Amino acid sequence: MNLRSSVKIQQEWDIVGARQIGRDRAKALGFGTVDQARIATAISELARNIYLYAKNGKIVFETIDDLQHKGIRILAIDCGPGIDDISQVMEDGYSTSGGLGAGLPGVKRLMDQFEINSEPGKGTEIRTVKWVR
Amino acid sequence: MRIPILKLHNYLLISIQIDLDDQTAIQFQEDLLSKIHKSGATGVVIDLTSVDIIDSFIAKVLGDVVTMSDLMGAKVVLTGIQPAVAMTLIDLGIHMQSVPTALDLEQGLLKLRQEVEE
Repeated sequence: MNLRSSVKIQQEWDIVGARQIGRDRAKALGFGTVDQARIATAISELARNIYLYAKNGKIVFETIDDLQHKGIRILAIDCGPGIDDISQVMEDGYSTSGGLGAGLPGVKRLMDQFEINSEPGKGTEIRTVKWVR
Repeated sequence: MRIPILKLHNYLLISIQIDLDDQTAIQFQEDLLSKIHKSGATGVVIDLTSVDIIDSFIAKVLGDVVTMSDLMGAKVVLTGIQPAVAMTLIDLGIHMQSVPTALDLEQGLLKLRQEVEE
């Protein structure tokens, strides 16, 4: 079973919508309350980055449910300005928006797998996975 | 959406019971500061028992409102932070060490009384 769905991020309210969908998905997959909160928070951070920096993008949810693994894959895809220096945005406390700079390094700690691909001028794709334990 | 702010003697009590979006959080910040100004409250309890997600933005707004209220002369205590929320905040690298907290509303009011009397 590999269910895929996505939600567009175009306005601020979409951030709340995306994390609620993510939380419901996580709950249905059998994640505990702490992991549900981790997943929802990670989605919130990813969706806010899209809203703040790219204006327009999407969050994709994929259910991973085969014999060996069960988990959720979350992709954050945008066609925004991209990231010039990825190592810089992965530093705790780095922010260009006046935020806490906790977003991306935080998402990496909240999830089990984290991968970022970005091309300046073209966009950014972040792929994360959380496994059911 | 507006978060109700209740007045009890010299204190203001707030229980956040909705999934906070950015706009509501910012609105709440403004509403609380103007309510402190109008009422002359010396203490504020913000109860987060029903909040199941605090991301970095909401954490910043909450931390800021504590500092802002402090500047105006009102002490703020955050109460009822859920275990999952506390764990998530630490994962995010947000420690909120300068923010007074208490287990529940009752403990929060006790803490306020101590702080205000000091």
